[in-house]
Amino acid sequence: MTVESTAARKPRRSAGTKSTAGKTTARKSPSTDPELVQLLTPEGKRVKNAEYDKYVAGITPDELRGLYRDMVLTRRFDAEATSLQRQGELGLWASLLGQEAAQIGSGRATREDDYVFPTYREHGVAWCRGVDPTNLLGMFRGVNNGGWDPNSNNFQLYTIVIGSQTLHATGYAMGIAKDGADSAVIAYFGDGASSQGDVAESFTFSAVYNAPVVFFCQNNQWAISEPTEKQTRVPLYQRAQGYGFPGVRVDGNDVLACLAVTKWALERARSGEGPTLVEAYTYRMGAHTTSDDPSRYRGDEERMAWEAKDPILRLRAYLEASNHADEGFFAELERESEALGKRVREAVRAMPDPDHFAIFENVYADGHALVDEERAQFAAYQASFTDVEGA
Amino acid sequence: MADKMALAKAINESLRRALDTDPKVLIMGEDVGKLGGVFRVTDGLQKDFGESRVIDTPLAESGIVGTAIGLALRGYRPVVEIQFDGFVFPAYDQIVTQLAKMHARSLGKVKLPIVVRIPYGGGIGAVEHHSESPEALFAHVAGLKVVSPSNPSDAYWMMQQAIQSDDPVIFFEPKRRYWDKAEVNTDAIPGPLHKARVVREGSDLTLAAYGPMVKLCQEVADAAAEEGRNLEVLDLRSVSPIDFDSIQASVEKTRRLVVVHEAPVFFGSGAEIAARITERCFYHLEAPVLRVGGYHAPYPPARLEEEYLPGLDRVLDAVDRALAY
Repeated sequence: MTVESTAARKPRRSAGTKSTAGKTTARKSPSTDPELVQLLTPEGKRVKNAEYDKYVAGITPDELRGLYRDMVLTRRFDAEATSLQRQGELGLWASLLGQEAAQIGSGRATREDDYVFPTYREHGVAWCRGVDPTNLLGMFRGVNNGGWDPNSNNFQLYTIVIGSQTLHATGYAMGIAKDGADSAVIAYFGDGASSQGDVAESFTFSAVYNAPVVFFCQNNQWAISEPTEKQTRVPLYQRAQGYGFPGVRVDGNDVLACLAVTKWALERARSGEGPTLVEAYTYRMGAHTTSDDPSRYRGDEERMAWEAKDPILRLRAYLEASNHADEGFFAELERESEALGKRVREAVRAMPDPDHFAIFENVYADGHALVDEERAQFAAYQASFTDVEGA
Repeated sequence: MADKMALAKAINESLRRALDTDPKVLIMGEDVGKLGGVFRVTDGLQKDFGESRVIDTPLAESGIVGTAIGLALRGYRPVVEIQFDGFVFPAYDQIVTQLAKMHARSLGKVKLPIVVRIPYGGGIGAVEHHSESPEALFAHVAGLKVVSPSNPSDAYWMMQQAIQSDDPVIFFEPKRRYWDKAEVNTDAIPGPLHKARVVREGSDLTLAAYGPMVKLCQEVADAAAEEGRNLEVLDLRSVSPIDFDSIQASVEKTRRLVVVHEAPVFFGSGAEIAARITERCFYHLEAPVLRVGGYHAPYPPARLEEEYLPGLDRVLDAVDRALAY
């Protein structure tokens, strides 16, 4: 449902509402939220939706199994990366645990010629775009600051400074419009980033220029330790109304709903209707990153409430109930998952440290006298050690 | 052909040429369309090239630079205008954390050929935030190039070269010189973008400056000549990279160096020049490298700016002090 149809609703939380960061209070269940687009209940029941059913009407059992496979493999990759951080192979990891449906659903809605602008947690979207998962690990291992060619998969480098990429996405979309192409752009960000000025400015620019961009906000309820109440007093999707484009809240743990809503938003963009804000209501099941300790600011009950709405379990229930997948499928996927984990593990361990001179590489496209000078000084300094050893 | 034109007009002509020759070039900024910019630098460009290429933007500097980055990723070559020096800071994050680093972090896969035009400097009696010289804040950032022309011919050609550069270029325009006229030969490139130029030969001391202070240094050299001092004036033209080889060559001849800029002396480009020239020319120098610039104070109200900015007497005083060693 769009903002237009829900504009008269009251904010769900008043400004005076106390944070639920205490150890006991569970959040309101998204499955009972009338503002939420949902096609699969947490129990895996398919529910009808007059507005969005048509965007997944033709989906085949094979494609449904594909979505399941994407989510399972993404979760397996993510778990492997967390383990690799614990083993000291990665300096840091930002887990997507719990957000698989939001990322796979939206990622699979994109077309090859669309362009994706991620944050640093879009491992599932990267997977959908065909980025080799091992390439995502270079920056977390500390061997580069972004190890893939963005134009190979139309998947920009991860952006760590919160919200910056929404402006890049908007500019890219303005370029698409200038070119007269019918591609679209999708910009990922989170509930924390929604407070950034750059996100507000990207809403303004995209609206003014009617840019073909979808703003996909994964509201995972937590910006490190700060709950969404510290970012907003209205549901985030309602912000779009003030900028003059539609906003919609979708069950971010429902891969089918995320797929449908994102397809709808991308189609709007392609047909010249401009930007859309999608708020995928989900939950960050893990820590912000491997450096974080959520036990300092949130309780287990909240997490357990969200575990009951797990995106993978709910699609599995649906696949089984509708006889779209058999034991053989799940067993084979288990083997594939383990093989992926092994491949990622081995690739990371084999990842070489960069050459020392990489410091000076690509600082400029056309070169710079000072970089040349300092590279030469560095080389002479390094060579001085070689001389000592050789003496 | 060679015409006499004002510095602002020279930039206008240069932008017009770029729009004409490269369909990927875009002009973006606040009031750059119908109005032609508050200094009329983009005058007539929207009329001739349309709203799709000469774009009036919302009043949001971070948004201007951020969307320009996206357009560059799409293959465009945006030339963005920041209306005044003091308004660039909302865009500073996009410039420093995104624009400057994208080429390196993409391992050279992504180029961002963006020019950020900033009218800068004082001397026009403006209100607060309209007279600052923040070039050192950009020169300090690897990945950016920083240039500032001092005359119409350089303004024309350096803009051509900045737009053709595959690196982001911060283009500081000396607003107090916008109306100064000189001949511009639009047929012959005068030299590389980042090379300094000797604008007056001399033997007793080198004055190094860029942008608005080059003209002042020429006036200082004239005044000093009346007292029998023969000063060399070097127009640096580029603040990142700085052409240290040309400064070194000059200082090895004159043995004395005074650096002049409007920006505050503390951590200014003059500090970097002094340090590096001291390293390079230690045995040639007869005096410490001296700097003349703004004070470590907020840019003052217009009625005080003459006291704050380097002027003829203050630079001459530094020349005297350097020659006294």
